[in-house]
Amino acid sequence: MNRWLSLLLVLTATPALALAEDWGMGQSNAKIPPSYIFDHVSTPAREITTLAYFSITICAVIFLVVGGLIVYCVVKFPSRGDDNREPAQVYGSNPIELAWTTAPLLIVFVLMLTTVRTIYSIQAAPRPPDAIGVRVIGHQWWWEFRYPELGVVTANELHVPLSDPKHPTPTFLDLESADVAHSFWVPRLAGKTDVIPNRKNSTWIDPHEAGTYLGQCGEYCGTEHAMMLLRVIVEPRADFDRWVAAQKQAWSAEPAVMHGRQIFETTACVNCHTVNGTAAQGRFGPDLTHLMARVTLGSGVAMNTPEHLKIWVRDPSTMKPGALMPAMNLSENDLNDLVAYLVTLR
Amino acid sequence: MAASPIIASDSRTEWAKTLPYKGRVGIYLLILTESSFFSIFVVAYLFYVGKSLTPPFPRDVLSPPIVNTICLLSSSVTIFLAVRALRSGSIGGFLLWWVVTLALGLEFLIGTAFEWHKLIYHDGLTISTNLFGTTYYSLVGLHALHVTVGLTLIFLVTILTLLGHMEGRHVERVDVLSWYWHFVDAVWIVVFTTVYIIGR
Amino acid sequence: MAGSIEHEIALGAGRERVSLPVLGRIHEWVVTVDHKRLGLMYIVGGLVFFVIAGLEASAIRLQLAVPNAGIVPPDSFNRLMTMHGTTMVFLVGMPILTGFFNYLVPLMIGTRDLAFPRLNAFGFWIWLFGSLLLYFSYIGGDGLYGAGSAPDVGWFAYAPLTERAFSRGNSTDYWILSVFLTSVGSTATAINIIATAFSMRCKGMTLAKMPVLVWLAVIVSFQILIALPPLAAAQVMLLLDRFAGAHFFDTQAGGSAILWQHFFWIFGHPEVYILVLPAFAFANEIIPVFSRKVLFGYEVMVAASAAIAFISLSVWAHHMFSVGMTPAGNSFFVASTMLVSVPTGIKIFNWVGTMWGGKIRFKVPMLFSIAFLLQFLIAGLTGIMLGAAPFDWQLTDTYFVVAHFHYVLVGAILFMIFAAIYYWFPKATGKMLSERLGKWHFWLFLIGYHLTFDTMHFCGLYGMPRRIYTYQPGRGLETLNFVTSLGVIFQAAGVLFLVINVLTSLRSGDSAGSDPWDAWTLEWATTSPPPAYNFASEPVVQSRRPLWDLKHPEDPDWNYE
Ligand code: HEA
Ligand code: HEA
Ligand code: HEC
Ligand code: CUA
Ligand SMILES: [Cu+2]
Repeated sequence: MNRWLSLLLVLTATPALALAEDWGMGQSNAKIPPSYIFDHVSTPAREITTLAYFSITICAVIFLVVGGLIVYCVVKFPSRGDDNREPAQVYGSNPIELAWTTAPLLIVFVLMLTTVRTIYSIQAAPRPPDAIGVRVIGHQWWWEFRYPELGVVTANELHVPLSDPKHPTPTFLDLESADVAHSFWVPRLAGKTDVIPNRKNSTWIDPHEAGTYLGQCGEYCGTEHAMMLLRVIVEPRADFDRWVAAQKQAWSAEPAVMHGRQIFETTACVNCHTVNGTAAQGRFGPDLTHLMARVTLGSGVAMNTPEHLKIWVRDPSTMKPGALMPAMNLSENDLNDLVAYLVTLR
Repeated sequence: MAASPIIASDSRTEWAKTLPYKGRVGIYLLILTESSFFSIFVVAYLFYVGKSLTPPFPRDVLSPPIVNTICLLSSSVTIFLAVRALRSGSIGGFLLWWVVTLALGLEFLIGTAFEWHKLIYHDGLTISTNLFGTTYYSLVGLHALHVTVGLTLIFLVTILTLLGHMEGRHVERVDVLSWYWHFVDAVWIVVFTTVYIIGR
Repeated sequence: MAGSIEHEIALGAGRERVSLPVLGRIHEWVVTVDHKRLGLMYIVGGLVFFVIAGLEASAIRLQLAVPNAGIVPPDSFNRLMTMHGTTMVFLVGMPILTGFFNYLVPLMIGTRDLAFPRLNAFGFWIWLFGSLLLYFSYIGGDGLYGAGSAPDVGWFAYAPLTERAFSRGNSTDYWILSVFLTSVGSTATAINIIATAFSMRCKGMTLAKMPVLVWLAVIVSFQILIALPPLAAAQVMLLLDRFAGAHFFDTQAGGSAILWQHFFWIFGHPEVYILVLPAFAFANEIIPVFSRKVLFGYEVMVAASAAIAFISLSVWAHHMFSVGMTPAGNSFFVASTMLVSVPTGIKIFNWVGTMWGGKIRFKVPMLFSIAFLLQFLIAGLTGIMLGAAPFDWQLTDTYFVVAHFHYVLVGAILFMIFAAIYYWFPKATGKMLSERLGKWHFWLFLIGYHLTFDTMHFCGLYGMPRRIYTYQPGRGLETLNFVTSLGVIFQAAGVLFLVINVLTSLRSGDSAGSDPWDAWTLEWATTSPPPAYNFASEPVVQSRRPLWDLKHPEDPDWNYE
């Protein structure tokens, strides 16, 4: 037995040694409840949970009955070594066959109807005219969020207003992809809807509880699929409006960081990033106008602190191997000034 | 040792007669699986009808290849006659119809070649031009490929016959080959309808 | 391992070969068209790839044992994941199952070979070539752009990730070609099996008297003939996209990403039944023999299997519930998906009916079969949960799905493959496998299996997607994943016992005799291992259990059929 124990130790020891830096995400996640799919705070997730419990119950019963029969046979009919006469040969019985064909048929029928009802109530939900609409655009490997009505553009952290169950204010998400297939998933709010290039999909949420909810890309989309995380921040209408107002502000020039800004606009940064009110209008990467208003970096690989920013800009692949942003190899001073500038993008 | 339930089987042969000829079963199965293969290309074609973003579009450049179609379909008749001739033991009649079949098949291939030449050099439609090009060349090309394979086999048989290796007892095998050819023709009917009737 | 088994068979298949030098013996195996040898080569090949893919899985689990571990870098992980899946399905599942059919069908219908022995050999070698091609991609996949080696697109390779724009180099091309070639091989075998079963049955064996295993072999083969071409066709289109500049799945040029998903799953779902029906077939032979009772409801079993095969052609889009189909579309596939449970249930119930009132002997093959029954039951029920579309919107592409399909692929198929190995090894080699080592193998693998795959369900419920090379701490996934990884050690240990068991038994196992299990079908009527020509003289049968008739002249089966 201790042979296995030693193997066990090897298995446990190696990864422990190989543990990589988590850039503060561990602590941050720990403050947020796990995304347990039955822990719903939004109508679609709730209806799914109801259906789930129903089907799980039925399946559990079936398991107990059929599993019970199998176990019964195993316990009841072992051969008692001594006599080797063959047992009575039973070739079949149509009544019995009929019985265990119809019973499942009925169960299936019930399951089917309940499922179809849930499908329609979620997929065919009407879209109220005043509902907030967000264009969600999947990129390898980050999320772009555009609020057409509100004129706001941000990334990786979706802000939506709290929805009062009595008169709900749902948010409708229109899903598109800039490259390959992704899938938008925030377990506690709703099920997955794929984000597919050259196709328009949509889904909706109406969170009843303020707070932060963890989500993640649900369709394999290449190297960093694992780190295509997202967060949904649900806040009371007032706070939400305040956030929108802040997001609408263009960058207000701060003389102190002019050099940093110069570097940003003279290096390739501008080809991929937008900073409203400046020359930077790139669309390939996340909009940085209000970078510091975001909690995380690189769609959730790191907490958004000046130190992490510096590491990121020096070489994104230290945090996110394969990320589509190149290392700019800037001098240490330029790097500091550049980060100083980024830090002013509130 | 071998406790076998065997009453030594003398009359195996009569029993065997009640079972189908394996070559025939084989070719039917091949046809089944090939049909499934073609149907996917047909589905893809239909799925992309009218979805091309850039010209040329089918209606502007395609014209139904009537002559080709007639030749290919009639070749089905001639190969049937060839097999029948062989079954009735006339090698000569067989050879005659067989060669006619070969000729008709060749005509079809050449016709297709001309059509493609026109599309490529006159209308500037290649497989990478647009979705129409992509689906058209792959579907029609796939069929043409099957015609080529069929013709190669037919040609080989012709050679063997000319060398005098063809005998009445080979009829089953020749028949199997003819079934493949009938299938290729049947597929053309589907392709024709898809590409030149529905697709335009 | 391979070499030695084949060697032993060579000894068995005809004493005169003993004198041959090694080279000559190898040459014999290369040029053979004997269905038994080809069958064994398929099985051994499959087992070798099983060990490889299993080791890949072990690497995956090592990386996932703890949150953001840095043992396997992202790209390598994605390759391991893709290779593991592709290998297990096309290089392990398919060959082992075709291998058993190759070996057993002619023996069971009392004939001397398959209908087209050369086609059969062709099928094997094209399969082997395709398989090697897949692993050659580790070397050759580098391609012009130096874009790494080995495919990393996942085993269903969703477009447009597979298009040139997103998948540089040639690794994906190796994946395409390899899968294409292996499916050509399977098609060849399928044609062969059906033709054999229809045209080569021994005297007296009407279709209604064929052993159930042969029936299922026929049904599976039909499914292969209908369901594999869509994959092959899609592969051809993808190749055209990548090499001829076509636009089938090129979303930039108006191509459709969904179309690929449809084509893949039109193949992909039937494929999973192509894999599981042979497992059912083994159960149909093994459970009766070890319960000492005739199979309950022969006709119904065959009909149910046919029904499963038929229905499973119309359920594919249950893999696509989250792509945004219309409510009507979703509802249709919910209905068809859940309908499958009816014929499948019938099979389970009939197996219970077979054990009922029997005298069950708990030999190793039966142990695996019983575990199979319970595990397949659970797997099927989680399948039903996935079939409830809205529930699937939460579960799809999470570890719940991974758990579901390992419950079938491992808990049902792999377990029945093990059962079949213990059951037919004596026939193929003339040596018994050790019961003692076999029990070690069974219990270790069972424990490991449940440690690994039971916990996976909960990873899914706690929001862990599949195909992620790591996960962050603080999301409540640490313990679950650690336990999951622990299980692999036990599974590996179990497999090691199988390897040891095979090697030692070949050398020093008790000799089997022609009919060690006191069984009833024709393969047990000839010597172990059977001579190259299978039967001294062609057998003649009067019922589905010729050896039962022989052993019980007082009341033979034909009185009841
Ligand atoms: C051998 C393999 C095998 C088998 C047999 C099955 C059997 C079933 N599978 Fe599974 N499945 C896979 C292999 C298999 N599956 C694989 C590999 C995948 C993932 C592919 C990938 O994404 O990589 C998958 C994924 C998969 C999905 C997609 C999940 C997703 O990606 O979102 C779904 C959804 O419906 C599903 C459903 C089912 C159902 C309903 C059955 C049914 O056939 C089960 C029927 C059996 C029973 C229900 C139990 C016995 C019945 C009774 C005792 C009668 C009474 C029961 C009732 C009345 C309910 N499977
Ligand atoms: C028949 C099919 C089959 C089988 C048997 C298995 C077996 C196993 N699979 Fe498999 N798996 C798939 C089919 C299969 N899998 C498929 C189709 C996918 C999807 C891929 C994709 O998403 O594209 C998948 C994906 C998959 C994943 C998800 C990867 C991801 O999404 O990121 C994981 C993770 O845990 C996993 C684990 C395992 C484990 C631990 C086993 C264990 O049961 C393995 C046990 C075997 C061993 C541990 C090897 C033992 C060998 C030895 C001990 C050596 C013997 C000695 C010598 C002779 C040298 N598999
Ligand atoms: C080739 C395009 C490209 C260039 C050039 C580029 N970036 Fe990026 N940048 C990206 C992409 C793509 C991402 C998203 C990476 C991810 O999350 O996977 C990104 C992310 C970022 C982020 C994190 C944003 C967030 O909210 O997560 C910052 C900060 C950033 N870039 C700053 C810079 C700076 C400063 C420069 C110039 C020195 C620069 N980028 C140059 C493409 C680029
Ligand atoms: Cu985006 Cu996975
Ligand atoms: Cu399926």
